Amino acid sequence: METIVVIDNVKKFFNVTKGLFKKHLYQIRAVDGVSFEIKRGETFGLVGESGSGKTTVARLVMRLTDPTENTIFFKGKDIFKAKGKELKDIRRRMSMVFQDPAASLNPRATILDSIKRPLEIYGYKKSEIKAIVEDTIEKVALGKELLNRYPHQLSGGQQQRASIARALVLKPEFMVLDEPTSALDVSVQAQILNILLEIQERYNLTYLFITHNLSVVRYVSDRIGVMYLGKIVEIAQVDEIYSSPLHPYTAGLLSSAPSLSPRGRSRKKLLLSGDPPSLINPPPGCRLYPRCPYAEKICREEIPELREVKTDHFVACHRAGELDFSGIVRW
Amino acid sequence: MGAKFDVKVLTRNKVFLAGLIILFTVAVVAVFADAIAPHPYDEMNVSLALRAPQPQFPFGTDQYGRCVFSRVIYGTRIALGVGLVVVLVESLIGVTLGLLAGYYGKKFDKIVMFVTDLTWALPPLVMALAIVTMLGPSLINVVIAIAAVSWAQFARIVRAKTQALKNMPFVEAARAFGEGDLNIILRYILPNVLSPIIVLSTLSLPQAILSTTSLGFLGLGAQPPSPDWGLILSEGKNYIRQAPWISIFPGIALVYTVLGFNLLGEGLREILDPRLKL
Repeated sequence: METIVVIDNVKKFFNVTKGLFKKHLYQIRAVDGVSFEIKRGETFGLVGESGSGKTTVARLVMRLTDPTENTIFFKGKDIFKAKGKELKDIRRRMSMVFQDPAASLNPRATILDSIKRPLEIYGYKKSEIKAIVEDTIEKVALGKELLNRYPHQLSGGQQQRASIARALVLKPEFMVLDEPTSALDVSVQAQILNILLEIQERYNLTYLFITHNLSVVRYVSDRIGVMYLGKIVEIAQVDEIYSSPLHPYTAGLLSSAPSLSPRGRSRKKLLLSGDPPSLINPPPGCRLYPRCPYAEKICREEIPELREVKTDHFVACHRAGELDFSGIVRW
Repeated sequence: MGAKFDVKVLTRNKVFLAGLIILFTVAVVAVFADAIAPHPYDEMNVSLALRAPQPQFPFGTDQYGRCVFSRVIYGTRIALGVGLVVVLVESLIGVTLGLLAGYYGKKFDKIVMFVTDLTWALPPLVMALAIVTMLGPSLINVVIAIAAVSWAQFARIVRAKTQALKNMPFVEAARAFGEGDLNIILRYILPNVLSPIIVLSTLSLPQAILSTTSLGFLGLGAQPPSPDWGLILSEGKNYIRQAPWISIFPGIALVYTVLGFNLLGEGLREILDPRLKL
């Protein structure tokens, strides 16, 4: 399969300064060396707690912010070196759906104006625009009568479908979905997820799906990357992750999800005690070290690299392979 | 803008309605000044000087025998005209700088904000006085002077709003599908900062009128025989004991107009931003 996006050890640090003379206080390492590849037609799920850097990765992939170090390739082109026509060509081939549907649409523009604007930028004719918009809103099940309304007159689900329509009109190849269902009711979530899966199949779309919701990511993803404090700790096929996670953090995350079955409730939990340490002063060595019940001396001293422990299963843990989480994870 | 601007919502706000009615009368007077005023504003008749109000001269006459009523009526045009032009100029400067500073940030923002703070730190009327003294007394120079000292509040508010808006998902979405900077500012940011601009404009109009009149009173604005309210007031101050009507009536006209704009602005603020009930 063709690789469509390559994220190559990308880093993004935020400098926190104070006062007129920009006294450097500290640095936040929001994304600290993240690498993964996304293949055409697949859904790559990126999971992690809030503050793990998922959204910063999304914004980097969309070139909404510049990396501090290294770069990202889209279809072989360095997106941060592209200029002018080349950049516009990249921009029309990828699009993004945001978390907050109410804030994703210009409050002073009608739904129609928002949806058709990308087409205007790329010089489509009036008649073409009309046909494409009609076709697109049908695909996302958005009623025609909503086109002349303003965003505040729509429900959250309708707003999100309008955002998806806008992301879809240019027929992109790659879409970044940043928590597209987190702000919605459960019933609406399922509807939006199904629309996303339908249009993916129809247009052979590639997704980068970012979420903290473990059931959602399992439902939509082919492969999953788990992020913790700005680093990827584990990448594997979705079934592999859920059946046999190899990183203690992944196992902790999976065990912490509340269960619906009465049987599950009594299971012993792997408790990752405490909160994630601050990104300002990350612990040396493995970033999970202070919370990890399996930590050893080496974990405190050396940063674990992401390595292939099993075929297509990458883990950044010194003890990967030695540990068995089968009694703890219950997915 | 949807339902926000329907007539019912506007008229339900009593403050706004009161301001609207006051300003409507002021506007009618300004437009039909020729029909309302019984005499030309500069028609002198020394034999009729300093007459008390009477049917022929409802507001009396001044030291040259001019009809104070007619002068006040014609003065409405100057007050409204200068006020509108000043607000137009200052909002153009302030909004443009605020949008650019807020959107691009960095060095440009630093410079704009430094100048803004500087303007903020000086008493506006004293600054305007200095500028008019430098340029020479005339109505156009008054416009320049007042606009030059009062654009800063527009810049500040628009900059703050722009900074908040530029990181909103709908702006990021626009950047993501390839919208250029100029289009982002004009299509996405400007329409969303419009309501505070409108409120600020109505609230700075009376300020502009007051400043114009003050400079006129000091002899730095409109020159005789112009019927500028400030000028009439200053001419009347020498006769305040014998002929108080010369000063009283333009004073009342000024208060009436300024009150109208203040009520309108406060009402608009309440309507456009319901959270901001003061």
